Amino acid sequence: MTMTADTPAASESIFRRNLSNFAANRLAMACGLIVVLFAVMAVFAPWIAPHDPNETDLFRRLQPPAWIAGGEWSFVLGCDALGRDILSRIIYGARISIFIGLAVILVATTVGILAGLAAGYLRGWVDVVISRLVDILLGFPYLIFAIGLMAMMGPGLWNIILALAYKEWVIPARVVRGETLVTRELEYVEAARALGASRTHIMLREILPNVLSPVIVVATIRMAHVIILEASLSFLGLGVQPPTASWGSMVSDGRAFILEAWWVSTFPGLAILLLVLAINVASQGLRDAFDPRFSE
Amino acid sequence: MTDALLEVRGLRTVFETRAGRVCAVDGVDVEVRRGECLGIVGESGSGKSVTFASVMGLVRAPGRVEGGTVLFDGRDLRALTPAGMRAVRGRDIAMTMQDALTALNPALTVGEQIAEVLEAHDETLPARGAARRAAIRKTSVDMLGLVGIPSAETRLKQYPHEFSGGMRQRIMIAIALACRPKLLIADEPTTALDVTIQAQVLELISDIRARLGMSVALITHDLGVVAEHCDRVMVMYAGQVVEEGPTAEVIGAPRHPYTQGLLASIPRPGLRGQPIHPIEGQVPDLIDLPPQCRFYSRCAQRRDACLAPVDMRAAGPLRRARCILIGEDEA
Amino acid sequence: MSLSKLLERIAQLLPVLLGVSVIVFVMMALTPGDPVQIMIGDQSITPEQEAELRRGLGLDRPMIERFFIFLGNAVQFDFGESFYHRRPVADVIAERLPATIELSLVALIVALVTAIPLGVLAAIRKNSIFDRIATVGSLLGVSLPGFWFGILLLMLFAVHLHILPVSGRIGFDSEVRMVTGFLLIDTLLAGNLRAFGDALAHLILPAITLGLPMTAILMRVTRTSMLEVLRQDYVTFADAKGLSRRRVLFRHALKNALIPTVSVAAIETGSLLGGNMIVETVFGWPGLGRLVVESIFLRNYPLVQAAVLFYAVTYVLLNFVADLLYTVLNPRVKL
Repeated sequence: MTMTADTPAASESIFRRNLSNFAANRLAMACGLIVVLFAVMAVFAPWIAPHDPNETDLFRRLQPPAWIAGGEWSFVLGCDALGRDILSRIIYGARISIFIGLAVILVATTVGILAGLAAGYLRGWVDVVISRLVDILLGFPYLIFAIGLMAMMGPGLWNIILALAYKEWVIPARVVRGETLVTRELEYVEAARALGASRTHIMLREILPNVLSPVIVVATIRMAHVIILEASLSFLGLGVQPPTASWGSMVSDGRAFILEAWWVSTFPGLAILLLVLAINVASQGLRDAFDPRFSE
Repeated sequence: MTDALLEVRGLRTVFETRAGRVCAVDGVDVEVRRGECLGIVGESGSGKSVTFASVMGLVRAPGRVEGGTVLFDGRDLRALTPAGMRAVRGRDIAMTMQDALTALNPALTVGEQIAEVLEAHDETLPARGAARRAAIRKTSVDMLGLVGIPSAETRLKQYPHEFSGGMRQRIMIAIALACRPKLLIADEPTTALDVTIQAQVLELISDIRARLGMSVALITHDLGVVAEHCDRVMVMYAGQVVEEGPTAEVIGAPRHPYTQGLLASIPRPGLRGQPIHPIEGQVPDLIDLPPQCRFYSRCAQRRDACLAPVDMRAAGPLRRARCILIGEDEA
Repeated sequence: MSLSKLLERIAQLLPVLLGVSVIVFVMMALTPGDPVQIMIGDQSITPEQEAELRRGLGLDRPMIERFFIFLGNAVQFDFGESFYHRRPVADVIAERLPATIELSLVALIVALVTAIPLGVLAAIRKNSIFDRIATVGSLLGVSLPGFWFGILLLMLFAVHLHILPVSGRIGFDSEVRMVTGFLLIDTLLAGNLRAFGDALAHLILPAITLGLPMTAILMRVTRTSMLEVLRQDYVTFADAKGLSRRRVLFRHALKNALIPTVSVAAIETGSLLGGNMIVETVFGWPGLGRLVVESIFLRNYPLVQAAVLFYAVTYVLLNFVADLLYTVLNPRVKL
């Protein structure tokens, strides 16, 4: 436990040192850059994508990628069964993956921080209720919980975010609760209490800054999981609905054509792999830099 | 044949760390004679444990024995293959570690941990079958009896956590002695124990040494233990030997300022109320040491001549010390 | 571990199981779409008949009461009628279960037999080329979307190389009498080695796909805990006893290093349940996972509800087993 002795002022400089540690890890930096590139691609999709992702062209049904006979360079990665440009759909699909990933993590982390702070600082019945709820939610396999909720709520962008966030908040909540239990006993918190600071002030101003590092690390690691989960739901047909391009449903679309058109499934899956791998490596670098307790 | 059982010359062990090369053992000579108890004294980090880990070939990466010879019973241990070295460990040279709680495997019964040494080394056992198992069992029970553990039969089936601290220490000694080694390296055998049990364990080691006629290298930072149990003593500082000789002579009239400092820092029960004198300053960083006396920065008697390399000098018929003052005393 | 402690642990499970049932009940009770309407479908029916149906399903009673009826029935494995199959839900699930269990067990075995040796080897050869490849491999393993990896395997081994079958549990030409429901066992019982080989061939790709993330995780856990154990004094002491390298590594180090691996394996077996839905869908595996996915689209809610409850209860129990295994394997932890 290296953090225990830190006051908020000290944690500020540690935060900066951690950032420079992270910058020193070249592989993690490179992967961070890939993540940023994906984000840029998502934001500027309409300007980057060579074609309209939903424009069908029956003359280009299952057209192969450019480097294979029958392909053309204006449709680099080929076309799907409806003649839609795969590259453009991947670029638009990044919007769905990243938006849902970010939204779920943002909602879940906010809720998780509040719940964790309340449980860890207020203790008593608040802790009992929150901890029990956490235990119960941990009793569900993630994908099955999400599938159950999607079955109930029906498909759709916001429903996916809700279905995943309903369970995701448990993870930051547990981390924050654990850290809060330690931090609340530290001297500077005692001092703030003695000076008559309100509970809200102590939780948000004194404790929160000190538990933020592990939460950020966990949030980045979880982002990768959430992206895979969303893709899995979409693959099963429980995600965003056609014709909206999402990577999971694109892979699913290609299943019927693995005999004659391997590219339809392969490229969107590759995009998922690349983004998730980049997030995983970057978050590992982040973890090594920020929270040496977890590193090997 | 000399009466030296273990003869180490110019031993050098280095650790490659991120900060640089740490020379944990730098040109150390050790001699352990047959039947004697040699005390090795020094602060933590002085290289006393690493010296004997090097002797046993137990230095782990990033550490490496870089130079020197290790003669045991006339054999060059450093020239042995890994398999040859394993045949020596546990049979000819045995070791006990500081804390039996961590040295005994928590997931194996005490019986198994004794039996496996016998399995590995004892050639007098019947080749196989029930006779072999019975012989192993009998020796195990005998060993526990030897170190004073009652109702050994049933205790063999227990796990280490089911014993008290003193008992565990005895079990570790029993394991080390199971194959009647010629040399026992006892690495801080008492630091993890209560004062009353410390004395018992040391008595046990001395007693068994006399009975089995083995040699003991007793690593400790406690000069009191040395005074009571060791024939000769060797003082280490910052990876070097700084003084050695018969225990009574070294403790009675220490020649190296470091040894003097160590003795002065012992609180004496008879002199309660007197100030103790811990040695000021800190052990130097072992990375990139300048070629001067290593005690220079902490020595009250330092002078310019100490900035040159200092070798061991004879300080009596049986004594040597690493200090330039020794020649001057005689002059 | 004493019996009373075990009972105490079991008692701690009950509130979690109850909570899980509440959530499953609420999930389905709030589902839009009237189950009676779904049941009726296109059939014409009088309002009296509809009211009768409603009463029969207990839908006219208050929520709380309906929950306790649901719970009481669930304890007796009564989950109502599957609208689609026109048979009790429990029967339909029981019929599909062996396929899912067989696949999960084989995936678990695949994961254990690859992950543990690889993790041990990576730890022993820390920082070697092998260790680096294994580290990259495990990162890939957790980053690969299972459904995509499964499709890639299909394209390579089934479509291009023609060495493994595309889907199902067994070829149509292999006739096997079901006894246990586990094809690997039933084919052997029938003494039909050709069918056994066929069933095994059908299992390979789904099992690899399902077991991959688990393999990656278990390998990392084994590597980390092995490295941790190799630093321990008892390993040095074992070396100092002159034991063979094999004995030091396997009897002394691995026995301790496997404690976390085994308990993580038990927890991860729970996540295989979720993976099943994906893998069974990709490989046309006639198990519970695919049944659930199909039922969602058929609006066969009683079945979905029962399956989700079943998965959750299994998951909770697996975590409980993981906990127990950890204490049983670790003689230091006294209960």
